[in-house]
Amino acid sequence: MLNRQNIVSYLTISRKETIRFLRIWPQTILPSAITIALYYVIFGNLIGPRIGDMEGYSYIKFIVPGLTMMSVITNSYANVVASFFSAKFQRYIDELLISPTANSIILLGYITGGILRGCIVGVIVLLISVFFTDLSIDNLYITASIIFLTSVLFSLAGFLNGIFARKFDDVSIVPTFVLTPLTYLGGVFYSITMLPEFWQTVSLGNPILYMVNAFRYGMLGQSDINIFTAYLLIIGFIIALYWINIYLLRKGFGIRT
Amino acid sequence: MPALKIENLNKTYKGEVVALTDVSLSVEQGDFFALLGPNGAGKSTMIGIITSLVEKTSGAISIYGHDLFKQPALAKSMIGLVPQEFNFSLFETVEQIVVNQAGYYGVDYKTAKQRAEKYLKLLDLWDKRDTVSRNLSGGMKRRLMIARALLHEPQLLILDEPTAGVDIELRRSMWKFLRELNKQGLTIILTTHYLEEAEMLCRNVAIINHGKIIENTSVKDLLKKLDKEKFILDLDCTVNDVPKIEGYKIKMVDDHTLEVEISTTQNINHLFSLLGQQDIYVTSMRNKTNRLEELFVHIVNN
Repeated sequence: MLNRQNIVSYLTISRKETIRFLRIWPQTILPSAITIALYYVIFGNLIGPRIGDMEGYSYIKFIVPGLTMMSVITNSYANVVASFFSAKFQRYIDELLISPTANSIILLGYITGGILRGCIVGVIVLLISVFFTDLSIDNLYITASIIFLTSVLFSLAGFLNGIFARKFDDVSIVPTFVLTPLTYLGGVFYSITMLPEFWQTVSLGNPILYMVNAFRYGMLGQSDINIFTAYLLIIGFIIALYWINIYLLRKGFGIRT
Repeated sequence: MPALKIENLNKTYKGEVVALTDVSLSVEQGDFFALLGPNGAGKSTMIGIITSLVEKTSGAISIYGHDLFKQPALAKSMIGLVPQEFNFSLFETVEQIVVNQAGYYGVDYKTAKQRAEKYLKLLDLWDKRDTVSRNLSGGMKRRLMIARALLHEPQLLILDEPTAGVDIELRRSMWKFLRELNKQGLTIILTTHYLEEAEMLCRNVAIINHGKIIENTSVKDLLKKLDKEKFILDLDCTVNDVPKIEGYKIKMVDDHTLEVEISTTQNINHLFSLLGQQDIYVTSMRNKTNRLEELFVHIVNN
C-alpha cells in the first residue's frame, strides 16, 4: 500500500484539505476563536468568580481544558464531514475513486485535514485563554497527545458521518443532537464529583468525559477519571472507527452504485 | 494484448434492474472506438464498471493485461476518464483541479505543474488557470475535464459524451485534438449521441442495447450493411410533380427539392442522367441523415 503513488496521493489529499479549510478561515477558524473567547468572558470572568473554585482551581482555569477539547472535537468532526460530503455531493469524489489511490489513503488524507484544523483551533483557543488566566501545562506530552488523539478520533467519526450522509441535513444532525449534548455533559463546565452517585455512573458512559478529563489532567494534573483508561478508550475508538470506515469504503457504501 | 478486454460482464442493480447481460468486448491498443447505444442501453454502467465507479455483478475486465479486480492500482493507472457530468470541485481553480488529479495518480507536484501548463495550453485554458471552476463557461468546463483526464498521461482515454451541449466550433476543435492524441498512440473509447462524430473519428464500433452488445465491428464494415441511402437533391428548376423514374423511390420535399432512396446496387449517375432526360438538373446533393445514424436506428429498432 505504501508505495510512491500512494504517498504522493496522500500528500495531495492532505494539501487539498488543508488549503480548503485555510481558504475559508472565517468559516472554519474564526468562529471557534470568537465563541470560546465569549465563554471565557462570560463563564470565566463574569460568572466564574461567583461560582468560586472547582476542584481547587479558579473556575476559568478549570474550564479552559474543557473548552479547548470542545473546540478540537467540533472542528475536527465538522471539517471532515463537510469536506467529504461536499466531495460526494458535487461528485468530485469520483476523481479519487477512479484513481489507483488506496482506500486507506483516501481516509488518512481526509482525516489529516480534520486533525490539522482541530489542533490549530485547539492551540488558538489555548492562546486566547492567556488573556483571561495564566496558562499552565502540567504535562506537555499528555496535553499534546490527547489533543492529537481526540482530533484523530473525531475526524474519523466525521468521515463516517460523511459516508452515511445523503443530504445536507445529515451533516448537522450528529453535531447538533449528539456531539454538543455529550460535550456539555462531558465535564467541560463541572466536575462529575459534584453529581449524585447515579449520575456520576451514567456520566462514565460518555466517551467525551474521558477526553476532557485526560486533557485537564495534562494541563492541571487533576482528573475525575483514570488517565490510562482514557488513553485505552480513545485508542480503542480510533481503531474501531478506522476499520469501520475502511470496511464501508471497500464496500463502496454511499459512494459507488 | 488488447487495451481493454471485457469478458462476460453482468450488472444487476438493486431491485433486479438488469443493466448489462454477458457483455464481452475487446478494444485493441491505439484504436479509436465508439460505444453507441440509445439512452439507458447500459453504456454508462459499462464505463462506470471499467472506471471503478460502479460495482460489477460478475465478469472480468483487464486493462493492458492488468486485471482490474486483482491488480486494481495498475489497471486504474492506465485509464483517463472524461465523464458525462461535470464532477469537479466548484471552489477550486482550474490549475488546482488538474494538479490534484495528477497527484492522485502519483505524479509529483513539480511534474504535475509542468504537465498542467502543457495540457491547459493545448486545451486553451492556460489563461484561466487561476479561475475558480464554477466561473467557467460550459465549453471550458468540458475542456477542463479533458485536461484533467490527461494529466497522468493514461494509455486508455474514455470519453462519455464529451461534446454534449458543445457548440460546433468547439466540437470541431475537440475532434482535431482527440485525433491528434490518437495518432500519438492513445487508445480512445468514445460514447456519443452524435453519430456523425463516431463515423468521422472512430475505426471500430460496438452498439449496445438493453444491456447487450448487438453489433461489434469496424465502422467501415458496419456501413457496408447499409443497403440503401436517402439523398436530398437540390434542383436548378421548379418541379410541379414527382418525376416518374422506374426503379427509384422519389418524393418531393418542395418544388426545388427531391428526396430519393438509392440502394447500393443502383448507380446514382444513372439517376442523374434519367433526371436530365426530363430537363431536371441537380445542383447539389446531401445525405438525408448521417449514414451511421440510419444504420444505428435500423439496428436498434430490429
